[in-house]
Amino acid sequence: MSASASALVLEDVHKSFGRNEVLRGIDLTLAPHEVVCLIGASGSGKSTLLRCVNLLEPVDAGRIVVAGAEITSPGTDVNAVRRGIGIVFQAFNLFPHMSVLRNVTLAPTRALGLSRADAEGQALELLERFGLADKRDEYPDRLSGGQQQRVAIVRALAMRPELMLLDEVTSALDPELVAEVLNVIRELAEGGMTMLIATHEMGFARDIADRVCFLDAGLILEEGDPEAIFTAPQEPRTQQFLQRIIDAGRL
Amino acid sequence: MTAPGRSRSILVALASTIVFAVVALLAVTNAPGWPEVKRSFFDGDVFSESLSVIPEAFLLNVRIFLIAEAVILVVALGLAILRSLPGPVFFPLRALAVVYADLFRGVPTILVIYLLGFGVPALQISGVPNDPLFWGVVALILVYSAYVSEVYRAGIDSVHPSQEAAARSLGLSRANALRFVVLPQAVRRVIPPLLNDFIGLQKDTALVALLGPVEAFRQSQIEVASTFNYTPYVVTAIIFILLTIPLARLTDWLVARDRRRLLAAGGLR
Repeated sequence: MSASASALVLEDVHKSFGRNEVLRGIDLTLAPHEVVCLIGASGSGKSTLLRCVNLLEPVDAGRIVVAGAEITSPGTDVNAVRRGIGIVFQAFNLFPHMSVLRNVTLAPTRALGLSRADAEGQALELLERFGLADKRDEYPDRLSGGQQQRVAIVRALAMRPELMLLDEVTSALDPELVAEVLNVIRELAEGGMTMLIATHEMGFARDIADRVCFLDAGLILEEGDPEAIFTAPQEPRTQQFLQRIIDAGRL
Repeated sequence: MTAPGRSRSILVALASTIVFAVVALLAVTNAPGWPEVKRSFFDGDVFSESLSVIPEAFLLNVRIFLIAEAVILVVALGLAILRSLPGPVFFPLRALAVVYADLFRGVPTILVIYLLGFGVPALQISGVPNDPLFWGVVALILVYSAYVSEVYRAGIDSVHPSQEAAARSLGLSRANALRFVVLPQAVRRVIPPLLNDFIGLQKDTALVALLGPVEAFRQSQIEVASTFNYTPYVVTAIIFILLTIPLARLTDWLVARDRRRLLAAGGLR
């Protein structure tokens, strides 16, 4: 597959924080509409990888190409890149001083130049679709974690991104609230959204992913279709990791 | 607390306050020098006479601090933003903001007022105002902007970096992230210390008198000189307090309201 036909290409991406080498040469390609799950222990580099794709962290070496355009070259308009890539964080990071509706319309009006009426119309459509229409005037503090995370997803979707990055979006949620968020992601996958998902929800990864990548110490140690990774992992490290997950009753 | 419990607390508070006030009053009025102090600081005739001139002069203080506060809010915000600029390119601007804050917080206000109020007009540059009042106000603005910019900066630093990351990740420019996401949260948090600095500023308007303008303190000096009695100073003090108390109570109320909101939102964070 040529690079221009891919939604996202990472070539030999390196990233260090001080002496701590977090990414040690990541190669990864996502086809359009593909859903790829990143699994691995905490500290294996999943979050850093996502933050690099969104240019929240500058890479030290390597290339990242989004929809045919290299975004790691100097002089890249980072704001334009980010407008096309949605990211959702573990801790929601909603704006606490704004209502749900304002959270969702801020970036479309200020970064895309949509009129307020257009932005609100689109936001209400999205909120409606994800069962949040009655929360439009609430402040984030008044919502449950699951509702907050769904608003965060809607906020990212309001920018009409081509690619969504999800960074352990259910890790901060009470167990009974996880399903409502996973259902939203499932719906996005069915709608053909290209997604790169860092997750600890193995059952979900197995269910939704076209491909699963196991990250270990800053490298993609093993990748393949979910059935192969979860039932017959080849690498000893992958086997260890999955065994621990199974022992913890999480798969 | 139940209603009877509350009224009982109020009664206890009232009684202990009265006892305390009476004891304090007796201690002062039984002091050996009290008759003399009473004559020179609490003279009824001079008091009412002062009341007819000092409040009018106090209007100048009010004008000074209203103008200064409006300008300080803007200048200090600019300084705080300069200081938060990222990257090596902006180092000179950041350094400038740091030097500014160090300089004007380090030099006594009274010296800044003297230096500007007497120094600049003496330069006799055409087009530059030579009114000492103007330069007195400028001096207050320079000094208090240094303090208030630190207050703003503390507020900006208190907003978690994930908020800016969230804003930037949506494609907002740094300026827009600052304007719509970081600053509104920062300013809300620093309103109490901001008002605190303004209470200080209101008092320091009296220092402008050193350059000559007849504001409340200067007027009271004039009164003292013509009556050989210190009562006008007491009048001036009372006027300053009357203005400060509402601002202090407003600050307390804002702090209490924020606490209540935080608790209502599910506790501390």
